[in-house]
Amino acid sequence: MNDSHPAVAASPEAPATTENIMGTIRCENVLTGTSHLAFLQSRDRWKPAEMIFWASLVSVFFVFPTNLVFASQILITGLFALSLDLILGYAGIVTLGHAAFFGLGAYTAGLLAKYGWHEPLTGLIAAGLVAGIVGYLTSFFLLRGSDLTRLMITLGICLLLYEVANSATAFTGGVDGLGVEMDKLFNLFTFDLYGKTSYLYVLGVTFLLFAVTRSMMHSPYGLALRSFRDNPTRALAIGIPVNAALTNIYTYAAVIAGIAGALLTQSTQFVSLDVLSFQRSADLLIMLIIGGTATMYGGFVGAAVFLLAQDRLANINPQYWHFWLGVLLIVMTLYLRGGILGGLGRLTDLIARWRNKERT
Amino acid sequence: MLNFLGILFDGLAFGMLLFVISVGLSITLGLMGFNNLAHGVFAMAGGYLLVDLMAKAGIGFLPALPVVFFTIALASLALERTLYRPLYKSTPLDQVLLTVGIIFIATAGADYQWGPAQQPVLVPESLTGQFSLAGLDMSRYSLFLMAVGIVITVALLFGLVRTRFGAKIRAAVDNQRTAEAMGIRVDRVFQLTFALGSGLAGLGGALGVKVIGLDPQFAVKYLVYFLLVVVVGGPGSVFGTLLAALLLGVADITGKYYVPQSGAFIIYAAMIILLLMFPQGLLGRRKAR
Repeated sequence: MNDSHPAVAASPEAPATTENIMGTIRCENVLTGTSHLAFLQSRDRWKPAEMIFWASLVSVFFVFPTNLVFASQILITGLFALSLDLILGYAGIVTLGHAAFFGLGAYTAGLLAKYGWHEPLTGLIAAGLVAGIVGYLTSFFLLRGSDLTRLMITLGICLLLYEVANSATAFTGGVDGLGVEMDKLFNLFTFDLYGKTSYLYVLGVTFLLFAVTRSMMHSPYGLALRSFRDNPTRALAIGIPVNAALTNIYTYAAVIAGIAGALLTQSTQFVSLDVLSFQRSADLLIMLIIGGTATMYGGFVGAAVFLLAQDRLANINPQYWHFWLGVLLIVMTLYLRGGILGGLGRLTDLIARWRNKERT
Repeated sequence: MLNFLGILFDGLAFGMLLFVISVGLSITLGLMGFNNLAHGVFAMAGGYLLVDLMAKAGIGFLPALPVVFFTIALASLALERTLYRPLYKSTPLDQVLLTVGIIFIATAGADYQWGPAQQPVLVPESLTGQFSLAGLDMSRYSLFLMAVGIVITVALLFGLVRTRFGAKIRAAVDNQRTAEAMGIRVDRVFQLTFALGSGLAGLGGALGVKVIGLDPQFAVKYLVYFLLVVVVGGPGSVFGTLLAALLLGVADITGKYYVPQSGAFIIYAAMIILLLMFPQGLLGRRKAR
């Protein structure tokens, strides 16, 4: 439980030294018996399952050429879920307003295109910047108060932005949304109706951001974040600059969410109010939980399962979809912790243990 | 000026309604630290129960209110036993997920059972219309809400300060471990408080049908209001909850009246500012654990 003990909540920033951060790793080294560098390197190595995952995403382009628009949506949502995972899974902050940054990015890209800037890549960067700046400014709000206070502040910011976008009809198109046009990518590839260009574009950007995030989470910085999640008091005590680490990761996650939002605008050439809705934040949280937190891939798996199920079930009846989603959530929190990837991990552990027993 | 007083009066009445619905959440949150986002579901259930009692069973508005209170309180006990109890010591994330799940089920269930439309309610004639007091036009229903709110506040404060059970609640909110060590069955206290709070929420939902409406989205739409009242007031503090509810009720009604195009903007902005100024709530105390 994240206790907001006064000593933790109100303490000034502890000085950061690399020795301190490396100290957390040294503890693990006693167990594994490897050097710091080898330990970090072994974590950072790409595993075969990961390579298969990304290769299969490339193969989607050839195997399902008619479903590329939907596939891009899954990828974008997966990237968005990854950014939530950084805050929730790695840093342990519960937020119900992450759609704020997604929406900011989406509207930045949309408005840029509306007012004459149609180049996609710079639009993406601008969206990331805007979301990042707002993320940085609001990240300081998260350093105070209890979990519930944080929840309310993140939710409040998202609702506030929704109201702004809703009332500024002249700019955002309000409920009707905003249609935009994009230039050719690299001046070569048109964004076509079947989503071929946009799928590869989304896949490329997603992979790039994923690779950066992955190495970040496998660095000492990623370990420091987790130590805060697991025990904030002790993390402070061993000299991890907790406040700085939190504002950093929140800002970074906001940038990623903003870029994901911009990708959605650019690939669908449309942006509407629902990018900022509470439903989007809540659904995202659910996807991440279904997939599994703090696993890097949980967001992508969860997004795929969630969106595919929604696509099939909501066609039958949208009410039933939310009813069963609710049942699933309750069952998962009570009985199935860790989501799909967590469950798979436990399964492989079980098999490994069973094999060991066989051998002895 | 007179106009303003009328709006202020409506705001206070709305605040009272928010208080009746949220006070249970405040106490249970203060007691167990349970992040219950599904509190609005009890209010919604109370509203639907009232509508059905009046339309199908033919019970009058006023006699139906206590029935709603006790039914919702009993129903919440069953939920507490089966769903909430296993997660008391769990992380806030698990609690949020569980309660979001409950909201989804309730929303879909209400949609299935009663349809997506707003529910009508017929209150007795003695409670409708306006009355004039010193040239000031005020709605009778608002006055009724104020009266109910004041009665409940007085009863709650009396119960908390003067009764043995109230002393147990206060002890458990202040320091759960010590309270347990003193022989107070905190889980039993919590169960009863939860039922009482849910019953009040149901009552508030029933009272609110006429004022804030009732549709399947109710629990989501007003989620922010209820949580806001509790967080701003400081979890576990009845008086703080009352203060926050009245403040937000007035802010919301005046905001919507004078700057209608701002919509809910004012209340969200107020929430963020208040939370930044008072992270522990207006009258909240830091908990010793």
